[in-house]
Amino acid sequence: MNITELTKIKSDYLATNPIFNEPKNVHPLEHRIVLKNYQIINPEEIVEYISKDGYFAFSKAITMSQSEVIEMIIQSNLRGRGGVGFPTGLKWKFTLANESDEKYVICNADEGEPGTFMDRHILEGDPHSIIEGMMIAGYAIGASKGYIYVRAEYPLAAKRLQIAIDQAKDLHILGTNIFETKFSFEIEIRLGAGAFICGEETALMESIEGKRGLSRNKPPFPAENGLFGKPTVINNVETLANVPFILLHGPDKYKELGTEKSSGTKVFSLSGKIKNGGIYEVPMGITLNEIIYKLGGGMKEGSQFHFAFSGGPSGGVLREEHLHLKVDFDSLIPFDSIMGSGGIIIFDQNDCVIDTIKLFMEFNKEESCGKCTPCREGTGILFDMLDDITGGTANLDTIDALKYLGRMVQTSSLCGLGQAAPNPIFSTLRYFKDEFVKHIEHKSCSAGICTFDKVMEEE
Amino acid sequence: MRELSNQNLETFKTKMMKYKKTKGPLIPILHEAQEIFGYIPLEAQQMIEEEYGIPNAFINGVISFYEMFYHEPTGEYHIGVCSGTSCHINRSKRILEELKKELGIEVHETTNDGLFTIVNVKCIGRCSEGPNLTVNNKVYSQVTVEDVSHIISEFKKS
Repeated sequence: MNITELTKIKSDYLATNPIFNEPKNVHPLEHRIVLKNYQIINPEEIVEYISKDGYFAFSKAITMSQSEVIEMIIQSNLRGRGGVGFPTGLKWKFTLANESDEKYVICNADEGEPGTFMDRHILEGDPHSIIEGMMIAGYAIGASKGYIYVRAEYPLAAKRLQIAIDQAKDLHILGTNIFETKFSFEIEIRLGAGAFICGEETALMESIEGKRGLSRNKPPFPAENGLFGKPTVINNVETLANVPFILLHGPDKYKELGTEKSSGTKVFSLSGKIKNGGIYEVPMGITLNEIIYKLGGGMKEGSQFHFAFSGGPSGGVLREEHLHLKVDFDSLIPFDSIMGSGGIIIFDQNDCVIDTIKLFMEFNKEESCGKCTPCREGTGILFDMLDDITGGTANLDTIDALKYLGRMVQTSSLCGLGQAAPNPIFSTLRYFKDEFVKHIEHKSCSAGICTFDKVMEEE
Repeated sequence: MRELSNQNLETFKTKMMKYKKTKGPLIPILHEAQEIFGYIPLEAQQMIEEEYGIPNAFINGVISFYEMFYHEPTGEYHIGVCSGTSCHINRSKRILEELKKELGIEVHETTNDGLFTIVNVKCIGRCSEGPNLTVNNKVYSQVTVEDVSHIISEFKKS
C-alpha cells in the first residue's frame, strides 16, 4: 500500500458508489468531526472509510517527522476526552522522549461510566478512525504494537474492530513496513471482563498483563513505565478519533471550534427524562440550556427539570441556575461539577438527588479495586451514611461525617476512582443541603422515592 | 452444553494453546474457559498452571476479581437488568424484582434446570433506551414489568 494506491481505491470506489447513507437525526447545532462517518459509511467495509479520506491522515503523518506530528497535536490543543482533559500532544511528547526497545499505544475503550455511551457509537460506527488514530500515535512515539481494551459488554464494538483490523491487514495498511516505510504496526484487541476500574489507565494495563485490575501508584506515569514496564501512550476512543482530522486539516482549523482552552468538539451522550436522548457532537462551550432544550428537545411529557448530573459517579449536580453555563473541560469546575467524559443525565421532579448519589456511591463501592484502604473502606462507609439518610436512621451529624470522610477519601485515595468518588456528595451538599435536612429531620423526600424503612425495621 | 466434560476439557486445551505467543495471555484464556464451561473449573486452572507456569492461586485471584468470571457453574443464559443511573431512574429495580420472582432465584443464583443465572449488569451504554434487560449478548430495551415473563419464555422454548 502507498498513497497512490490509496487514492486509486478511493476514486475507483467513488466512481461506482457515489452516494453514501444519509445520517439520521443530525441536529442543526451539531458539528461532526468524530462522528463524520457515523451512520454514513458501512463500518464493516474499509473501502468506504478510505473513500471518506480514511488513512490519508496516516499517509500524511509518515511523510513528517515524529516531532512534527506531535507538534501538530500539541498546537491543536487536543485534550483527552476520557474525562481528565490532559493535553494529548504532551502525553505523546513525553513518551517519544523515553527511549526503549519497545513502546505501546493503548486505546482505552473500557467505557463504563453510567450514562456515557459515545465511545460505543464511535467504535461501532467508525472503527477504522480509531485504528488510524492509533497508527498515527504509534508512528509519533515509535511504537510498533497497539492494544484496544474493549469492555466485554460491547460485543458488537469488539466484532467490528476485529473486522476492521483484519481488513486493514489484508490491504497492508497494518503490518510490517507500512506504506513502504520502516514503520510497522499491529493491533490486538483485549476484552475486559466486567471490571469498571479497568478503565483507569494503570488498572487497564495490569489487566492486559493478565492480572487483577489494581491501580498502580503514579508516578511513574505510563509515558515512562506503562504496559509491560515500557513507555506507553494510552488514549481514549474519542481522543483518537479526533487525531486524523487534525493531521488532515491542521491544528488551526481544529482550534476554530470550541473554546480557548478546550478546542474542538465534544460528543455528549444524553439520557434521562428528556425527549431526545442519544449522542450529539457539538463544539465545546455549548451551554447546558442548549444541550437540554435544543439537542435533547426539552423535558419529556409530564417531566419538569429538577437537576442534572454530568461526569457520572465522579461528577457533580447541576441545578436550573447552572443551565446558562458553558460546558467544556474547565467551566463547570468552580461549580463543583465537571464535563467529564460527556455523559449528561437529566432528572425530573420524581427523582431524588440523595437517592441518586447513593446509587453513585454504591457503584463506586462495588467497583473499587480494593488496593488502597481509603477507597475500599471509605466508599463503603460513605454509602452506609447515605443509606442511613434515605433509610431514616441518620442525624444532622451525619452531614459533618460525610464531609470529613469524603475529604479523606478524596485526598488519600490511590487513583481517580477514590479521589473523585466523594464529588457528587460535595456538590449535592452545596446545592441541595435543604434536601439533606428534609430527609434527616423530617424523614421526607421531595420526590417521594426514599422509603425511610430502615427506621421501621429498628422499631 | 456448557459443562465440565472430557470433551470440553479437550476443546479448552486446544483453544488455550493458541495463546502461547501472546504477551499477558491469562485474561483471553479465562474468557475461553468461561465460554466453554460456563465457569472456570479447577481442572482448567490447573491446565493453565501447567502450560503457562502461572500459579493456580494467582489464577484464582484473577477469577475472583472480574465480574464475568465464575468459580461455580452458571446457567446457559446470563440474564440481568442494567443498574446504570438512567435505567435506575426508569425504575429498573422493578424489572429486576419481577425477574427474581419469575425465576424464583436471587442475583448470582442459577435456576434448577440450569437455564438461567441472574447476573449484575452494569451500564451497557444504551442509557437513552432504558430500562434495559440483557440475555447473554442480546439486549432488550424499554422493558416493562409485563415483558419479563415473555422474554424468559422465549429462551425456555429455544
